[in-house]
Amino acid sequence: MLTFARALLAALLVLSVSGSSAFAADPPPLKIGMITTLSTAGGYLGEDMRDGFQLAIDEERGKLGGVPVQVIVEDDGLKPASGKQIADKFLLQDKIQLFTGIIYSNVALAVVPSVVEAGAFYVSPNSGPSQLAGKGCNKNFFVVSWQNDTPHEATGQYAQYLGLKKMVVVAPNYTTGKDAIAGFKRTYHGQIAEEIYTALDQTDYSAELARIRAANADGIYYFLPGGLGINFLKQFAQAGLKKTMKVVLPEFSLENHVIGAVGNDAEDLYGTAHWLEDLPYAANKKFVTDYRAKYHREPTPYASQGYDTAKLIASALRAVNGDLSKADAFRAALRKADFKSTRGAFKFGPNQYPVQDWYSMKVVRDPKTKKLTLRGVGKIMRDTGDVYSGQCKLT
Amino acid sequence: MQADLIVSLALEQVLNGLQFGAMIFLIAAGLTLVFGIMGVINLAHGSLYMIGAFVSASAAVHGAPFAVAVLAGAAAAGLAGVVMELVVIRRLYGRDHLHQVLATFALILIANDGVSMLWGKVPLPVDVPGALAGTLSLGGFVYPAYRLVLIGAGLLAALGLYVLIARTRLGMLIRAGATHRETVAALGVDIAQLNTIVFGLGALLAGVAGALLAPILAVQVGMGEQILILTFVAIVVGGLGSIRGAFVGALLVGLVDTLGRAYIPVLLKPVARPEIADSLGGGLSAVAIYVLMAVVLVWKPRGLFPAGAR
Amino acid sequence: MLLALPAIASLLHQPFWISSVTRILILALAAVSLDLIVGYGGMVSFGHAAYFAVGGYTVAVLAQHGVDSALVAWAAAVVTSALLAALVGALSLRTSGIFFIMITLAFAQMVFYALIAVRAWGGNDGLSLDARGTLPGIDLRDANVLYFVCLALLIAFVAFAAQLVESRFGIVLRGARRSERRLLALGFPTFRYKLVAFVIAGAGAGLAGALWAEYARFVSPDMASWSRSGEFLVMVILGGLGTLAGALYGTAVLLGLESVLSGFTEHWMLPLGIILLVIVLFAKRGLYGWLAGSNDG
Repeated sequence: MLTFARALLAALLVLSVSGSSAFAADPPPLKIGMITTLSTAGGYLGEDMRDGFQLAIDEERGKLGGVPVQVIVEDDGLKPASGKQIADKFLLQDKIQLFTGIIYSNVALAVVPSVVEAGAFYVSPNSGPSQLAGKGCNKNFFVVSWQNDTPHEATGQYAQYLGLKKMVVVAPNYTTGKDAIAGFKRTYHGQIAEEIYTALDQTDYSAELARIRAANADGIYYFLPGGLGINFLKQFAQAGLKKTMKVVLPEFSLENHVIGAVGNDAEDLYGTAHWLEDLPYAANKKFVTDYRAKYHREPTPYASQGYDTAKLIASALRAVNGDLSKADAFRAALRKADFKSTRGAFKFGPNQYPVQDWYSMKVVRDPKTKKLTLRGVGKIMRDTGDVYSGQCKLT
Repeated sequence: MQADLIVSLALEQVLNGLQFGAMIFLIAAGLTLVFGIMGVINLAHGSLYMIGAFVSASAAVHGAPFAVAVLAGAAAAGLAGVVMELVVIRRLYGRDHLHQVLATFALILIANDGVSMLWGKVPLPVDVPGALAGTLSLGGFVYPAYRLVLIGAGLLAALGLYVLIARTRLGMLIRAGATHRETVAALGVDIAQLNTIVFGLGALLAGVAGALLAPILAVQVGMGEQILILTFVAIVVGGLGSIRGAFVGALLVGLVDTLGRAYIPVLLKPVARPEIADSLGGGLSAVAIYVLMAVVLVWKPRGLFPAGAR
Repeated sequence: MLLALPAIASLLHQPFWISSVTRILILALAAVSLDLIVGYGGMVSFGHAAYFAVGGYTVAVLAQHGVDSALVAWAAAVVTSALLAALVGALSLRTSGIFFIMITLAFAQMVFYALIAVRAWGGNDGLSLDARGTLPGIDLRDANVLYFVCLALLIAFVAFAAQLVESRFGIVLRGARRSERRLLALGFPTFRYKLVAFVIAGAGAGLAGALWAEYARFVSPDMASWSRSGEFLVMVILGGLGTLAGALYGTAVLLGLESVLSGFTEHWMLPLGIILLVIVLFAKRGLYGWLAGSNDG
């Protein structure tokens, strides 16, 4: 008797759900193609970004800007070839005209050209390659996070401010790593004692640490994404080098997952960021509270970027009422960026990359919870764009 | 730099190389046993190492003392290894290498996704146990105590394996089973059981490696593949099937890689422009071990100390 | 093989399928060339992706310097990859078995790291091609045209390889796989035969790489990664060793599986791994062998 009742209830529920979509004669939801990295060691970045994006949709109960949306998510596995394949499928088969999601620049560079050439829009929640910021800029390509060099310029600025006279810089031996160090050197004017390039699959840093110790510097800056940074920092602390050198890092080397994975060795590290959990804007407070409540974990910059991307898209969708065929109006609405970002007021530069403030922060132990957290210290750059925007000619 | 500083830095780098080699040996030992003695290429060996790291990290997160966590990791990896052997590897004996590569490649996919489903995608935190966290002063330079522990663990494992293979009955059976399967079977020894034991032993060692390395490396999905290539290079250079080969190979790989990273960039500086010296140096040192392997194989196509007839 | 031709013509209403199958054809070319040396010559190369990458990069770098004639670029791609294969083969073929596997892997890794390090060629970010190359009288910008060109080249290569395998050269090669000693005793310089086969295979992969550069208009160092080499091996094994045409099936199955599964779930590697495992363990002659050989058991 009870099972029959339950079955009936279940059947009624199913009918009501399917029924509503069959009888309601609503237009089909707008599809948004999200290509991101969900597998491999970097998978948690895509996960955070996707969850932040979804949070914005949940706020409007399945809509963005009043327009019902359906986000189709697929994993690129950190392979440019896969990203391109998925983009082709979204463009040709699913007829998607609005794309987002890519975390890594090499995947972005494989995907974005074909997307914008097909007349579709791409709004980047993370990757801001220099190739698309200057001469390669495109009117359908928008970046919500930052241009890849700027986080490192901010770090250089902060290192300068902290009075570090002699530094060691470390990055993996690939283009993004070299760009990072180049960005750092643009603003840091002290002496660089050692410039060390590591391998992308390196696990043991003892050789480099010995070189670092011999360099007798008072500070270190490194760009080692994900697991590489975790490995390095653990070994750096173990070698006793934290006692003699200050560590200044860009925010992706110092976000909550990294701190969680490194543990106590993360205490007293300095960093720079474009977004902080304790930024006082109302939109940010709401984002942080809702994110914690829904996902039971602390938000990271990737999550905030996903959220802001969704909010930006929402503002533009509202302006065209979900009609992407009004491409010029949609583009103009995107450029206007009329939304409340977790970073306060948001604006684009002439190349459609952000112009924003950069903050300094430190990893401290919260006296109440005894856990390590990131605390904002101050503002080190104001209304800063990127060095490539001057080369971009967008009508 | 003054002479004594140069010397002490060099000593430190040599010690670093040995330590890295010891790390690789812990993983290579199991791999060479399985390949050299059972003739199976197991790409999923790195996954066993990953399981050891994850389980021990989990145990530590839940408050277990370090020794218990290491044992837990080793046991979990050993168990996973036994299951792997019974379900998959067993069917690969005698098949050509290509099928073994494919089957164990499939196992990697399963293991990586399985781990990310069980533990999520975020790397796990493990701290070096307090008692071992300090540094020791070694006549001229300070060295992290934990890395000395790793060297010790590697030496202990090498010694233990040597004793096992050369001096115990099990070891004799393993050696005999590698080259004279039918004879051993005819003598009434259960070859299948022997294989399971060897595979399980290799898996256990990989798990110990994972647990011991968890405090100094990122415990993340895919960590096995990162170190797997280095391990294969070590056993190929050293010669398959022999523990001595794996030991020498691992130390060589550790030393070449470490000293390469320590000195190639430095040596390039006076010769090349500064901005390319560093990154060229980085690039060259990354391929140093491959150059080592190519040189060794061209000179001795079966590695330095191959075991027996295989 | 013959199935492909008419089926595709009617699919002209589904542009994505053309794009998908073009990708399969290009990778199948690399897989077939690998089958030549693995299936027939018994040389398990774990570094085949290196030639694929070199071919692709040749085209991309030439495009970067203004060369847009596809004939020139593709020919250059074939030549450079063949040269690399000659070098690697000359050094590696002294070894065999697992050692050969490892040393071919080592060389591929060197290529991979070299590509990442050279900033002028994009490094890790890869290199984009602004436009497809030009062939006299043929417009490669049309996806259908590119599809037919790839199909034609694949068929040509398979035909060429099939001829090769049945020729005296091929017989020696296959014999060398079974018993090298016997052939050496008969006076055949097996090393030379194996090297030639290795170079031909490398050239095939290089051509595939060139086509990829045109198709994707993008090349990146991961074209030389060991996981890419591993994928080529998977395609060959799935299709059945030593069947040439089987490699096409193997490629289609692997790519199809990856695509379908990742559309379903983000944890797509698990079912993919299980399916691959089952196929390897139970379908001993690969899918092609299973499909074609079930008649004679």
